[in-house]
Amino acid sequence: MLKIDNLHAEVDGASGSKTILKGLSLEVPAGEVHAIMGPNGAGKSTLANVLGGKPGYDVTQGSVEFKGEDLFELDPHERAASGLFLGFQYPVEIPGVSNVQFLREALNSQRKYRGEEPLSGGEFLKLAKEKAGLLKMDMEMLKRQVNVGFSGGEKKRAEMVQMGILDPAFAVLDETDSGLDIDALRIVGEGINSIMRGQGKGVLLITHYQRLLDVVKPDRVSVLADGRIVQTGGPELALRLEAEGYDAVMAEAAA
Amino acid sequence: MYPQEPQWAREAIRAGNEKDIKMTEAQTLPTRRDEAWRYADIDAVQRLGTAALDAWQDIAVANGETWQDTMVIGTDAPELRRIRLTLGEGATAAIFVTNTGRDFTRVEVEVTLGKGAHFEFGGVTIGGGDAVREFVTTTIHAEPDATSNQTVRAVHWGTGTGNFLGEIKVARHAQKTDAAQDFKGLLLEAGASANAVPQLEIFADDVKCAHGATVGQLDEAARYYMAARGLSPEQSQRLLVQAFLGDAFVELDDEAAREKLLEAALTALEGASL
Ligand SMILES: Nc1ncnc2c1ncn2[C@@H]1O[C@H](COP(=O)(O)OP(=O)(O)O)[C@@H](O)[C@H]1O
Ligand SMILES: [Mg+2]
Repeated sequence: MLKIDNLHAEVDGASGSKTILKGLSLEVPAGEVHAIMGPNGAGKSTLANVLGGKPGYDVTQGSVEFKGEDLFELDPHERAASGLFLGFQYPVEIPGVSNVQFLREALNSQRKYRGEEPLSGGEFLKLAKEKAGLLKMDMEMLKRQVNVGFSGGEKKRAEMVQMGILDPAFAVLDETDSGLDIDALRIVGEGINSIMRGQGKGVLLITHYQRLLDVVKPDRVSVLADGRIVQTGGPELALRLEAEGYDAVMAEAAA
Repeated sequence: MYPQEPQWAREAIRAGNEKDIKMTEAQTLPTRRDEAWRYADIDAVQRLGTAALDAWQDIAVANGETWQDTMVIGTDAPELRRIRLTLGEGATAAIFVTNTGRDFTRVEVEVTLGKGAHFEFGGVTIGGGDAVREFVTTTIHAEPDATSNQTVRAVHWGTGTGNFLGEIKVARHAQKTDAAQDFKGLLLEAGASANAVPQLEIFADDVKCAHGATVGQLDEAARYYMAARGLSPEQSQRLLVQAFLGDAFVELDDEAAREKLLEAALTALEGASL
């Protein structure tokens, strides 16, 4: 479903451009949840940003196929409309725009792109209420401005409500578990399962913690270090990383 | 402290006490050297001529009365609208304007407030090309306890310009005056400009005069976030501009009128660079 092949990418910084992804290959077939773990600065968020098409990130080599098509042929909003969802590590605040207005317009814009009928105000509110309920988020929060005044945990939970409403085919979730307390972590994990587990769906789950993986139960786990996937295994790899740390597991892989 | 109040203060007080005022104007055209015309398109002013300069609309709002006007102004030709308001004791006046001029378009308001009166101004300038749009207000707090609140938002692209020149004058005995001015400019392209010129002349000592002015660009992080949710560049720009403009019209209770002013602004936004 998502096929990343030999991806090289650089980011424009203040002191010129810097290569971050250095030949990253990874494939996530439909129906799978693939966890990505790795040390800080390894390039995990960069991968998410390159997949999303964030300005300032340039692909210099390699390719990404999404649902059999060249992802880089699409503008960021077209990627979203074709079913790619990004859960942000740091969700952005949009003063003056309510969640309801933002998400209804986003959903209807995606539906239009796919040749589907728009949802009416009433239909949208019903859907939003259902998905907010799933994440145990008060509907009142959705009437407020996008992420403005939300705590770190509330922002992450709101990301999952957005995902529920938009119902993507594939989600790239960047540290969605950071900033969550134990109860919220379970709610978010179960939310991911109920929204994204299913035929024809896939998830790339970037995380540092086993706790989320206890709930979401990934099919595959990969380690990303210095811009490449250095090791891939089953769920037991995550348990070993938690017990022994990145350095030990990576040293063994290199040996 | 000033030994004596300036001429405008004494005139203002007198004007405030008269119901019907007849004005005579200087017949010469302004130049850029005149403070209130420093950012104006003087060529366009010359095309307008002195007749336009003399066309003051005089409005007196009686004690305790309320007056409000909303307007959408802006065509392909230069335009000048001059409004002179005199507010009696406890009177309230409000003006809300969307200025979408595609040539020099200036709205000028001169208001003299009686005791305990309130003046509300909400304005939006929006547009590209190379036109100058501006609001020029002179707010004269001639008596105590009056309040005024002015909120202007400017959204420009191309080499378009938006200006807000706001002069506030507080007479010596106009204690407890509360006058606020707030300007924010949003520039969609590097060649556009937004200017705020607050000017305060305060002769009373127990006065609150808050004024703020900032100029910025669209939040690129927000635009990427919105794109990641499926909004096109046009849609995210429109939503962000709509949110930005909102403050100018929050004090307008009439929802239909508010929608109309906002819609006019957003229609002018179509065709803006992304
Ligand atoms: N916009 C940027 N400007 C400059 N450097 C960046 C930018 N984004 C990422 N980097 C650098 O790229 C490297 C990888 O960052 P990131 O992808 O955020 O890592 P991770 O998410 O794995 O912690 C880091 O060294 C970081 O400083
Ligand atoms: Mg990161």
